[in-house]
Amino acid sequence: MAFSLDTMEQTLERLLLEREIEQFLYNEAELLDERRFSEWIDLIADDMHYHMPIRRNVKFGEHHRENSDSDSEISWFDEGKETLAGRVRQINTGIHWCEEPFSRVRHLVSNIQVDSVDGDEVHVRSRFIVYTNRLADEVNLFVGKREDVLRRDPDTQWKIAKRTIILDQNVLLEKVITTFF
Amino acid sequence: MVSINKSRGDRSLRSLVDPDNGLIARDTYVNEAIYQQELEQIFSRAWLFVGHETQVPNPGDFIRSRMGEEEVILVRDRKDQRLHVFLNSCRHKGMKVCRYDDGNTLVFTCPFHGWSYDTDGRLVGVPYYNDAYSKELDKSKWGLHEVAQIANYHGTIWATWDSKAPSFEDYVGSWAPSIQHCFQSTDGEDNGVELFSPVMKWRIPTNWKFPGFSFAGDAAHVAMTHRSVNAASIGPQGNRGGSERFPMTAPFPSQVYSSADHDLGHGGQNTIYENTGARPYRDTWHTVPGVDEYYRMTNEKKQKKYAGKYMPPGGHGGGHFCIFPNVILDHWRILLWHPHGVGQTESWRMFQVDKEAPKLVKDAQRRYVMRYCGPGGLTESDDMENWNYAFPASLGTIAQRLDYNFEMGLGHSHPDEEWPGVTLNYRISEEPARARFRRWLEFMEASSWDDIHPVKKDKK
Repeated sequence: MAFSLDTMEQTLERLLLEREIEQFLYNEAELLDERRFSEWIDLIADDMHYHMPIRRNVKFGEHHRENSDSDSEISWFDEGKETLAGRVRQINTGIHWCEEPFSRVRHLVSNIQVDSVDGDEVHVRSRFIVYTNRLADEVNLFVGKREDVLRRDPDTQWKIAKRTIILDQNVLLEKVITTFF
Repeated sequence: MVSINKSRGDRSLRSLVDPDNGLIARDTYVNEAIYQQELEQIFSRAWLFVGHETQVPNPGDFIRSRMGEEEVILVRDRKDQRLHVFLNSCRHKGMKVCRYDDGNTLVFTCPFHGWSYDTDGRLVGVPYYNDAYSKELDKSKWGLHEVAQIANYHGTIWATWDSKAPSFEDYVGSWAPSIQHCFQSTDGEDNGVELFSPVMKWRIPTNWKFPGFSFAGDAAHVAMTHRSVNAASIGPQGNRGGSERFPMTAPFPSQVYSSADHDLGHGGQNTIYENTGARPYRDTWHTVPGVDEYYRMTNEKKQKKYAGKYMPPGGHGGGHFCIFPNVILDHWRILLWHPHGVGQTESWRMFQVDKEAPKLVKDAQRRYVMRYCGPGGLTESDDMENWNYAFPASLGTIAQRLDYNFEMGLGHSHPDEEWPGVTLNYRISEEPARARFRRWLEFMEASSWDDIHPVKKDKK
């Protein structure tokens, strides 16, 4: 359903939901930045789809082809909870050299918009700047947009049921992507 | 000729590179003048991998690719459907005539002044041709700059800027069957694969030779660099026993060697089969129902095809090899290391899959390669860390007084009787890298292809 501003009650309901979603996303960023990866994995629904397409330069009129298609094409990431949990196990081995020693990571999340509510699921858009700083002087910057589906959950309040990460790069200018978005 | 002013004094290229003793001066990886000479003497002459015919299946289809530092367009002509490779630079004032990654087009029109080129490269449109050029411009001389030679080898497209280069078959020598094998589908049919789209492209802060010369054959790095991977269980068989980086393969009489062609510079790590026939199939895809059934079926066909015949070294069953200078092939991926400045490399990945495979098989294969490869790949991400920090650690004044050590396996190689020109060594050795440097020196010293083996056959 789309929101209407008919009544004060509906307005308050929308504000409370937006506030709740914002706090959830900020808390998620806190877990990632503080390397509490196992707790982050707990926020992910078992059927979660995590997709970061590769972005093409395409001709005007072909923008439907701009982001690589999760159904048939190659993406930077296109996986579910099982693989994400594997990545966390790998980081926590202490011998995953591109994250050993750990990078210093900050997720700045902004422009949070609740797009629609569909039963117990909420569609949310946000923007991110992820800054990583590593060893003596390595700096990486990832800027983009996320399109999330969050699902109400009795244990964790919300779980991430779907996340599409639209990274604003074509040739990736960072040497690796070992942080989560 | 490059002159080097380092603490060890002026040194010729030959004194920097000593493949016989496995000693390579660090200048070869970090010196700007040497890098510029590589662009001129290697990347302007060698046969380079440009793409695959399935990337441009229809008339007018194009992709942007690279040869060395420079952008090229691989395009299928609208009229006779021949493939062309052009420098992506307008002949008028140099602007890129194509800025889309891929697509289909009638013409390439330069956004600067509007010169237009047909898909066969001919200049067909020049604004103000009548009034400003008085119809005097000879359009036939100003078509897109095309490579000197192009080859379609079992679907793979290769090109060279040098008309004096030998044929592609002579350039790759006895590695041709192994390349052919890498582009067979799993049932053993020639030209049976297509590539997934799009290409993974990313920049890594290191000299192109770190990955280019070491990736194929540096089996010694696996145990250390990739130790963390098994913990993540990323193989197709998930948590099921053995090394999880690769599908378990059925036992089959074969031996893995490091392989090196000291004349042509190619080589890496190859499986050499001691029996005829194809390796039996072992189920490895239990996590995705239906995939094992497909691969078991194609494997049966392959066994029939190779009954009484030896499979070529490498390809299906293990190993990957470098085609000099910057292409690494195996049966499921293509790795390119484009030079992008002395301390920058643009790394590309492309992935083969059986053309005729059902969607569920293609999807399973695709998800596996995305987990494994690229900047987010569980395995490859750790490679980047090592190559990237080896580069700055080699830049210092003191560091450059030191050689890199390529001695592993020195003096323990033997020629292969069945495989002309190829030297084999223990499966973990730096034989392939030594061959690469021998070839590198030949290219870097030669004034033209007249001085580089093998000389073009129709020349004399």
